[in-house]
Amino acid sequence: MDQKELRELEAQCLQECAPTCTATCPVHVDVKTMLAETARGDFSAALKTYRKAVPFPGIISRLCDQPCQGGCLRMDSGGAIAIRDLERACVRLGEITHEKVRPLPKRKGHVAIIGGGVSGLSAAYELTRKGYAVTIFETGGALGGSLWQIDRDFLPAEVITEDLKIMDTLGIDVRLNTPISDVLELRREHEAVYLAVGAQTEEYFDLQRDEYGFIKTDPVTFETSVAGIFAGGGLRWGKEMHSSITSISEGRRAAISIDRHLQHVSLTAARGNEGPYQSCLFTNTDKIEPQPITPESDGWLYSRADAVQEAQRCLQCECMECVKACEYLKHYERYPRRYVREIYNNLAIVKGTRYANTFINSCSLCGLCGEICPEDLDMGAVNLAARQAMVKQKRMPASAFDFALRDMAFSNSDHFSFARNRPGTTSSDFVLFPGCQLCASSPQHVESAYDYLNTKLIDANVGLMFGCCGAPAKWAGEIELFNQTLARWRANLQTMGNPTVVLPCSSCYQTFKTALPEVQIISLWELYDRYGLPETTAPAVKRTIAIHDPCSARRERSVQDSVRHLAEQLGCTIEELPHSREKTVCCSYGGHMWLANPEVAGKTVRRRVDESPADYLTYCAMCRDFFANQGKRSLHILDLIYGEPGDDSAARPNPGWSQRNENRMRLKRKVLQTIWGEAMDGSQPYEAIRLIVADEVRARLEGRLILTEDIQRVLEYAERTKRRLRSPKTGHFLAYYKPTTVTYWVEYEPQADGFYIFNAYSHRMDVPGSQPPTSGGAS
Amino acid sequence: MTAHTGFSPKETPWVCGQCDIPLVLTPVDVGYMGNAFPVELWKCPNCGLVFVPEELALGKMLEVEKQLEDK
Repeated sequence: MDQKELRELEAQCLQECAPTCTATCPVHVDVKTMLAETARGDFSAALKTYRKAVPFPGIISRLCDQPCQGGCLRMDSGGAIAIRDLERACVRLGEITHEKVRPLPKRKGHVAIIGGGVSGLSAAYELTRKGYAVTIFETGGALGGSLWQIDRDFLPAEVITEDLKIMDTLGIDVRLNTPISDVLELRREHEAVYLAVGAQTEEYFDLQRDEYGFIKTDPVTFETSVAGIFAGGGLRWGKEMHSSITSISEGRRAAISIDRHLQHVSLTAARGNEGPYQSCLFTNTDKIEPQPITPESDGWLYSRADAVQEAQRCLQCECMECVKACEYLKHYERYPRRYVREIYNNLAIVKGTRYANTFINSCSLCGLCGEICPEDLDMGAVNLAARQAMVKQKRMPASAFDFALRDMAFSNSDHFSFARNRPGTTSSDFVLFPGCQLCASSPQHVESAYDYLNTKLIDANVGLMFGCCGAPAKWAGEIELFNQTLARWRANLQTMGNPTVVLPCSSCYQTFKTALPEVQIISLWELYDRYGLPETTAPAVKRTIAIHDPCSARRERSVQDSVRHLAEQLGCTIEELPHSREKTVCCSYGGHMWLANPEVAGKTVRRRVDESPADYLTYCAMCRDFFANQGKRSLHILDLIYGEPGDDSAARPNPGWSQRNENRMRLKRKVLQTIWGEAMDGSQPYEAIRLIVADEVRARLEGRLILTEDIQRVLEYAERTKRRLRSPKTGHFLAYYKPTTVTYWVEYEPQADGFYIFNAYSHRMDVPGSQPPTSGGAS
Repeated sequence: MTAHTGFSPKETPWVCGQCDIPLVLTPVDVGYMGNAFPVELWKCPNCGLVFVPEELALGKMLEVEKQLEDK
């Protein structure tokens, strides 16, 4: 990821965009914060927030024409928030903390401001704070301009006086009762002039005028036809429109221009979004309960309680759509704009701790965030690219995906992997590729499915190919391993005469579809749908199920439909989960989330299983087994197709990692024997070692990802070399051995019919004696 | 460098099964990703077999492994 890509990704996340109220406000009051502070009764904090944007809070909270309300998303559910009334409440109920205004060091440049109304005063305020000398020329006898003509009941004199006190602290040279007629002369005496004489002026100072007769000004810089003379406020729009907040905004924006003019830099560069602009924030308003506007208790002013109640109606607009939908994004308590920055920083670290490693590796890569995001930002794609970069940099933590990659290696070893044409044929029209986990979970269904294809596709040759498609390598960022795996399938398929690959697993389906686009593929479920259920299928039993679409089938509408159609034929009444089809969620197996972050994975899968009390029906073996781990009654579609009457397949537990390997190995042995009449050879001596393991210990080993094979290897080594510890008290042995990267410790007792296993644990650190003292001893 | 103490319990139920002699608390180097740490482990003074308690493997060792992997 380079800087440019980072910025593009950041820009896709809208969470930090200003809400409509702030964007529409000519001075961009942070309304959301102000209302949050009000809602919790902190009027002083709210007032401070208001004053950051509005230098004359008493005046403006009475006069403001509140353009902010126009876009308020509360509008249609009770009415826009009474923002100005709340501002007035804050001014009345909050305490002003008078921080001393600290002007910057004095700068060279003297600015003349003609007109002491709110626009001129705002410009003066900004310019003196920047360090410029300012002189205000006011025709009348007091600062405030047209403010003094407003009904005193509406705007009492003391409010004006109080607000304008701030001007006294700035050291401005104020010339009252000083009308100016020759602006060009004034311009010659000053480096810049701001003309803010208000709406009632009939004086045009020999400046060019626009088609409506007003003094011509640039809409962005407020410069007039004469360089160095700027004009803004009421004189630009006349008596018909009155907007004090716009006058302040224009005074402030003219001050920016004057500052640039005095510094001899571009007046126009990077001046977007200074006035009112269109908000880019997305806020979901689907589920907002209507709430009416809070009336003022005494008919004119909000009491403290009124104000709190009204402010609590604020929706606190924000996007957070993806975060709301994803336990992983929620867990880290921020949102994609921040996350992509953290990922970028993590990848850029040369020396030091990479704190975002676990974050990057915990994502299920399921793509739901991208589906939901109004700008299609897919954190899965970002995280996958980050993992690939980490592998490339040789910075991927060694333990991160080791277990999954070893599981994949097992599936692609001779223990499981093979490819055969149908007996007696030399090429295939179709080949069933059941993937690694269906064979591990329901090996008997794979045999049935192969049998089905041979029965239904009567004129076609159907081959069989076992292995892992390579998705685990891809998820781990191991591009090289992924490509090697793909090359193997490509070569196998070529040898078999380029058959159409029949795929039950959605992850395999995505692998083939995206990485081997030249290969013809079809989902097994579409074939069942097309050719009908097998004759052996038990009569339909009526039941209600909720369909869980695997996340890798998110975009596969036709596969989703096939499964639903089959489920109906199998007697199911289908309940759609709140998140289904393209909005489906991951079971926590995807992207190796379960391995990288058990805590987040637990939250993810629990949220899913809690979505409905109905039994779940899915078409991914891993989704089913992960739900089963949570005690959720779950079925694989093949459980329904091939279930015997009276089976309660929904209660079937996850077989566990060791049994999964065992199931794969046995399945290969069985089909080779029964279909091709071949014996499987090449078993290792340790495989014959019989273990006796209590259920409680088995569960512990499962949690620690210690496989039967790992224990067998330790025992084979310890019993052969006699390198083991012994407890004189219990007679137990404790042995340790490091077959590859992990050192396993096993506490055991030899018995007549095998080894009784008390405990096992592992670590990756090297300790003396974990391998034979001289090389060549272990095999 | 002094070995880190506190990694091993004060007593151990294990003796060396091969040499049939008690283990002795000994400074040994444990290593990961090219980093070595001197720690005290129970060790057979004759053949060098060591004892890593379960608590150490799943506690401090795991913690240090993770830290080094993120460096």
